[in-house]
Amino acid sequence: MLAVAQLTCQRGARTLFSGLSFTLPERQWIQIQGANGAGKTTLLRVLAGLVQPQEGTLTWQGLAVQECRAEWQRALLYLGHHAALKEELTPLENLRFSLGLEAMPADEAVLMNALHRFGLQEREHLPVRYLSAGQRRRVLLARLLIRPAQVWILDEPYTALDVHATQFLSAVIEDHLEQGGSAILTSHQTLGLRPGMSIAL
Amino acid sequence: MMTGFWTSMRRDLVLATRHKSEWLTALFFFVMVTNLLPLGVGPEVSLLRKIAPGVLWIGALLSTLLGLQRLFSSDHGDGTLEQMALSPVPLAWLVAGKMVTHWLVCGLPVVLMAPLLGIQFDLPTRSLGILVLSLLLGTPILSAVGALGAALTLGLRGGGALLSLLILPLYIPALIFGAGAVEADLAGISPQGHLSLLGALLVLSVFFSPWVTSLALRIALE
Repeated sequence: MLAVAQLTCQRGARTLFSGLSFTLPERQWIQIQGANGAGKTTLLRVLAGLVQPQEGTLTWQGLAVQECRAEWQRALLYLGHHAALKEELTPLENLRFSLGLEAMPADEAVLMNALHRFGLQEREHLPVRYLSAGQRRRVLLARLLIRPAQVWILDEPYTALDVHATQFLSAVIEDHLEQGGSAILTSHQTLGLRPGMSIAL
Repeated sequence: MMTGFWTSMRRDLVLATRHKSEWLTALFFFVMVTNLLPLGVGPEVSLLRKIAPGVLWIGALLSTLLGLQRLFSSDHGDGTLEQMALSPVPLAWLVAGKMVTHWLVCGLPVVLMAPLLGIQFDLPTRSLGILVLSLLLGTPILSAVGALGAALTLGLRGGGALLSLLILPLYIPALIFGAGAVEADLAGISPQGHLSLLGALLVLSVFFSPWVTSLALRIALE
């Protein structure tokens, strides 16, 4: 369980949010809502540990994340709005390296299967440079299927996806929740997900 | 931990093979700078011999600087750096992998090319050996210290110029002892002292640089 207490974050002179508290139990998901520039991405980056908050604490399974950083990083999967893909590499290579950088085993068949499930048949060996925005997004999202994690932190995961992929992504998230995981996402669409909590910034 | 290090290294090597122009430019730059000088100075053997160590070392220094700018900026731009910072593998190990690749791609070719270029300065065979040895010890220092500069200037506008201003002064010790070793040998003195000091600098920079660089990268990501 992830617990957040009295979180305050300032960027320059502007306070993005202050006194923010919530808990994220297993099998639950939170939708972060807010206008453009309200600080949704910053909140996700604070939760992932990329940005230090001015005040407040983050606890994971009862421990402050500063004390269990490695466990928290293993438990979380953060997908930002950058694609985090190398244009020169193929989708398969991108996935393999992304797992390797986290010292996780990369089984070729598992990676292929993940790409196929996201509808990237016959694109596995094509440099990412030649893929469309939606296809790149799918390559990134394929990490959801191969990188085990309890908490998913997703920044606008539905961006650039077509109807079919949107439905599939919702099914993947639903599956993750079903298996005891949890998720935090910023999105303007929430198609086909069970009712979740919502936080407005 | 080692898996992370090897992956980070292999990944950059694969990228370098797909982006040949980048490191070939650096090597070509090295060859051109060291080639133009004898043409400009004139064919006087004693003078050429005298300036050879300095010219070859300055060439090596400037050419490694070329590859440094992109060391972290492309990973920063596409979000890979964020994923690296979130990896359970310590960021310093991933950074170390990138440094090693930078040396393999920008440093090692210079080391291998240097004796060939030394011939046109009429360096004796023994001095050529010392030159290679000094570059072998010295170029990893350039990669390690340079990576720190690249991390500190990450995300700044006009970071390239700032990087040179920041890094070149830090390269001075390596330049002095590296070129000094060859000069000493040319003068008939043992170059061992220079080489030992260069080795000490190497150990120091390779040991601390990944760690300090990873701290600088975390600040850049905030």
